[in-house]
Amino acid sequence: MSVQRDSLSVGLAVGAAGVAFGAVAVADHFTVAQACFLSFVLFSGASQFSLVAVMSAGGSALSAIVTGTFLGSRNGLYGVRMAQILKLKGAKRALAAQITIDESTGVAIAQSNPKDQRTAFWYTGFGVFFFWNLFTLLGAIGAKAIGDTSAWGLDVASPAIFCAVLYPRLKERKLLLASALSFIWALSITEFVPAGVPIISTVVIAAIVGWK
Amino acid sequence: MNSQWIAVIITSVLCYALKYIGHAIPEVWLAHPRVQRITNLIPIVLLSGLVAMQAFTTKTKFMVDHRLAGITVAIVALTAKLPFPVVVVGAMATSAIVYRLKI
Repeated sequence: MSVQRDSLSVGLAVGAAGVAFGAVAVADHFTVAQACFLSFVLFSGASQFSLVAVMSAGGSALSAIVTGTFLGSRNGLYGVRMAQILKLKGAKRALAAQITIDESTGVAIAQSNPKDQRTAFWYTGFGVFFFWNLFTLLGAIGAKAIGDTSAWGLDVASPAIFCAVLYPRLKERKLLLASALSFIWALSITEFVPAGVPIISTVVIAAIVGWK
Repeated sequence: MNSQWIAVIITSVLCYALKYIGHAIPEVWLAHPRVQRITNLIPIVLLSGLVAMQAFTTKTKFMVDHRLAGITVAIVALTAKLPFPVVVVGAMATSAIVYRLKI
């Protein structure tokens, strides 16, 4: 029971951050329809924020596409991991692919057995999907009313959730090592490489730490 | 169609394709213990990198601000084994208060 409850509370908490996306997108001169389309079809927070940020900073459509896709590529890697747990085919696999994101994968792998992992994946994935889309619409419409999202703590909602997702996994020494190295690595290179590279390049650390 | 719609649609399609390809890669490619260990580590490293970026950068520049207070509260709450909603709401409230005090 608590797997469902925890999954749905992640869905609500992360989904509520959709207010920030909707508001930022409209503030950056995207339309309400574009904001909602991104949340429904792209459905990956970091890619959505980066796409909007790149274009509003004067970047071309191509650079927005490259950055957004680069950040979204980690979902493919999550898909590799989740496919081993979910073992799906056909339409169900196509559906699972759409909700394969940071949160659904993170909450799933934090569970201790395959049954709970599957439950956590679907509940978190659809929970986030529902609330993220709902709150994107609300945020886009109420963009001016909400004002500064930092004043409501929305900018730490997502990293706090990821800390909670990671924490139970870091009891194993190798996982803790990989996590700490990735954290330091990403911050070390962020000023010198394009957006997205600090995150995606941590797969090299996974390969090195997991080699033996 | 303007360039915003082009970026929105193409990125959306490419990101879905990447999600689907991840799910569709044949299982035998992943049977090797080394591949298993690495794919097991991948969500951990990506999420760790993501937390670092979300908590300590602004537009790719390193930045320590009110978010540090929020993340510290989250980690203290986690080590105290407090329930998940307390961790997240505590972090958000702390960060918001520190942010507002500075203004």
